Amino acid sequence: MTRKQKRLGLIGLAGIVLGAAVGLVLYGLSSSVTYFQSPTDIVAQQIEAGQRIRLGGLVEDDSLDKSGGSMIKFRVTDQAEAIPVSYKGILPDLFREGQGIIAEGYMDGNGVFIADTVLAKHDESYMPKEVYETLKEDGHWMEEEQAAAAEQSSNVN
Amino acid sequence: MIIELGHYALILALVVAAVQSVFPVWGALKSDHRLMAMAPGLAILMFLLTCVAFAALTWAYLTSDFSLLNTYQNSHSDKPLLYKFSGVWGNHEGSILLWVLILVLFGALVAVFSRNIPQQLRAATLGAQGWVSFAFLLFVIVASNPFERISPAPLQGAGLNPMLQDVGLAIHPPLLYIGYVGFSIVFAFAAAALMLGKLDAAWARWVRPWILVSWIFLTLGIAIGSYWAYYELGWGGWWFWDPVENASFMPWLTGTALLHSAIVMERRDALKVWTVFLALLTFSLSLLGTFLVRSGVLTSVHAFAVDPARGLFILAILLIFVGGSLTLFAWRAPLLRQGGLFAPISREGSLVLNNLFLTTACAAVFVGTLYPLVLEAFTGDKISVGEPFFNLTFGPIMVPVLILIPFGQLLAWKRGDIWGVAQRLTSAFILAILATVALVWFMGASTTSIMTAFGFGLAFWAIFGSLWEIVDRSQVFKVGFARAMARVKGFPPTVWSTVLGHAGLGITVLGIVTTLAFESEHVEVMHPGETLEQNGYHITYENSWTRNGANYQELVSQYTLRKGDKIVGIMEPAKRAYVSSGMPMSETSIATFGFSQVYFATGDTDENGGIVTRIYFKPLITLIWIGTLFMSLGGVIALLDRRLRVGAPVSARKRKAAKNAIASAAPTPAE
Repeated sequence: MTRKQKRLGLIGLAGIVLGAAVGLVLYGLSSSVTYFQSPTDIVAQQIEAGQRIRLGGLVEDDSLDKSGGSMIKFRVTDQAEAIPVSYKGILPDLFREGQGIIAEGYMDGNGVFIADTVLAKHDESYMPKEVYETLKEDGHWMEEEQAAAAEQSSNVN
Repeated sequence: MIIELGHYALILALVVAAVQSVFPVWGALKSDHRLMAMAPGLAILMFLLTCVAFAALTWAYLTSDFSLLNTYQNSHSDKPLLYKFSGVWGNHEGSILLWVLILVLFGALVAVFSRNIPQQLRAATLGAQGWVSFAFLLFVIVASNPFERISPAPLQGAGLNPMLQDVGLAIHPPLLYIGYVGFSIVFAFAAAALMLGKLDAAWARWVRPWILVSWIFLTLGIAIGSYWAYYELGWGGWWFWDPVENASFMPWLTGTALLHSAIVMERRDALKVWTVFLALLTFSLSLLGTFLVRSGVLTSVHAFAVDPARGLFILAILLIFVGGSLTLFAWRAPLLRQGGLFAPISREGSLVLNNLFLTTACAAVFVGTLYPLVLEAFTGDKISVGEPFFNLTFGPIMVPVLILIPFGQLLAWKRGDIWGVAQRLTSAFILAILATVALVWFMGASTTSIMTAFGFGLAFWAIFGSLWEIVDRSQVFKVGFARAMARVKGFPPTVWSTVLGHAGLGITVLGIVTTLAFESEHVEVMHPGETLEQNGYHITYENSWTRNGANYQELVSQYTLRKGDKIVGIMEPAKRAYVSSGMPMSETSIATFGFSQVYFATGDTDENGGIVTRIYFKPLITLIWIGTLFMSLGGVIALLDRRLRVGAPVSARKRKAAKNAIASAAPTPAE
């Protein structure tokens, strides 16, 4: 084989591998990404049951129900709409009523969000960015609220 | 006073960096020996000055000097000494200063250990290193200065995020940074070669030790970060495909490719332009990682504070270096001489395939990491790209890599015989099949899916196939055991490094496949005295009590783990509340049996004394990290190869040859 043929062969092989990879990536991006939704989005868009989404918002005050043992129920709100969430597992250490969280899971047929993952802040001053921005866009963001929540959390301990 | 001294030293370091960026490079291009001779001294001086700055900041942390804004925001006088020390880099400013310290340390190491490389290359390399140092020192001083004072000084600091109060913080960032930043030297070598227009096999030999050192530390840094996340976060996960993890994984993938292509370049004088490109790409990805983690575009435990000005500054550094190096590459690379020839089926050919798959895998990770950011910037849609995407894209790309590894090891240079190699590997193939069948039977044949069995097969094939090189080279079945052992003793270190590196990858894959397929999670509310039967264990919740720690109070819950009648473990997971911040933290409790682990975390208590208990069974999970240790060990052995040793004494004949080479390169000796 001449140098040129070898090079063509190599380019061809690289093209096949890259082409396959591009195909996989495009398929992956169309099928296995999760969209972030606020409670208002969910109510407005009528998201179909079973589709994986990320739900973000504040945990509604007085909505946390731990009577079910490890099955926990609470409501996530963006101050306009609220979605009931049910989650089996251990909540993050920094999970509090009135604080921003992100839950990943899907809507069941009855308007309840079945979460398999719940993410809260990593530290006192952190708010999930998506939640913060959505709340700000909707005009529901208040600094005092966060301050109150922080105070509340330090009282708890 | 000490603080001001540190601040002043840092500014001096910036000035030294400016000088180092210009004069040695100018000297290298104009063959001016006096200018070139400045480079090593400047590099060492810059390192010493940065050491003074870093020591001053460390002093402020150890003595809890809260007149410093940085210590006030991130430290507390009650903190144990170790966390006061590691807390120096547990914040944005300090971590960037550590980054810079390691950057200039590498410059100084090149100055000290590269006496036997040509003066021109050394000066140009240190000059290019000076550019990176200048950019980051400027960033520290202008946009992220740890030496800012506050007046009046507060009496007490705000404390360190409890999640970072762990021995992991003392180990993970320095190791990872040595890996990340070490590639800056490789980048500087590549930029120097492009500027001087000279690139040969010797260049690859000089650069390889630096690639190896960076790669070893990056491997260990990622592995330790993964283990830390596993035991600290309490979710039982060891890799989340989180953008921050991907940021360190991308340079690892291209760095691994670089490690292999540099071998081809050193041995066969081929793939030269590609190797230089990979060197530039790897450091560019390190910079991208620094940008993603430190700019605040992502929110994670790694992003300490969100300040848009800092993000823009790092973005500017990133664009200048990526754009500049690519321009230099496009301009100078065509001038480089073509290298050696090889047939497609050969050792070189297999290493080209390795490079092709690793860089493609890196591209897939790149898209998955950056697509959400780009999409949000252009359309405002917020999406998360997680595990399903990466399993779908990264997984299939890695399959051919694992299949090809044993072939690559046995193929001859220049022209290989694929059927001959396949025959020699038959026994390894049979061993892999037997091991797979045994493991499937052990884990329970009815619960093992075809995909899992395939994964086991791939892992065992990589392990036995790479180990087979020892059998194959020693010719044990032909020459008998005694003579084979003599042969084994005579193996060059590269054989062991290849075998360990590749077998280590197989071991890691085995751990990943087993954990993914057979891990299980159980969440139960347990009351004192209650016993649970799960996965062959009897788990009894004994009781809970409060305990005071150094700067926290914790609720410890005790569980007894029994197998049959025998107690195999006393588990004590805890929930902590830190005194200074009031922030709660879970402490997990892990018992290791063989290579498998049982993992406990506790949640809330209820009125009846019940406690939410989360128990994970993680079969063979430790293999994931053990494999990375083998990979790193392979790297260390490669570094011991005499031909690569930096600063190793050279034979008289070689020294003379080198002298002649220098003399011919520089016809006008200085002074």
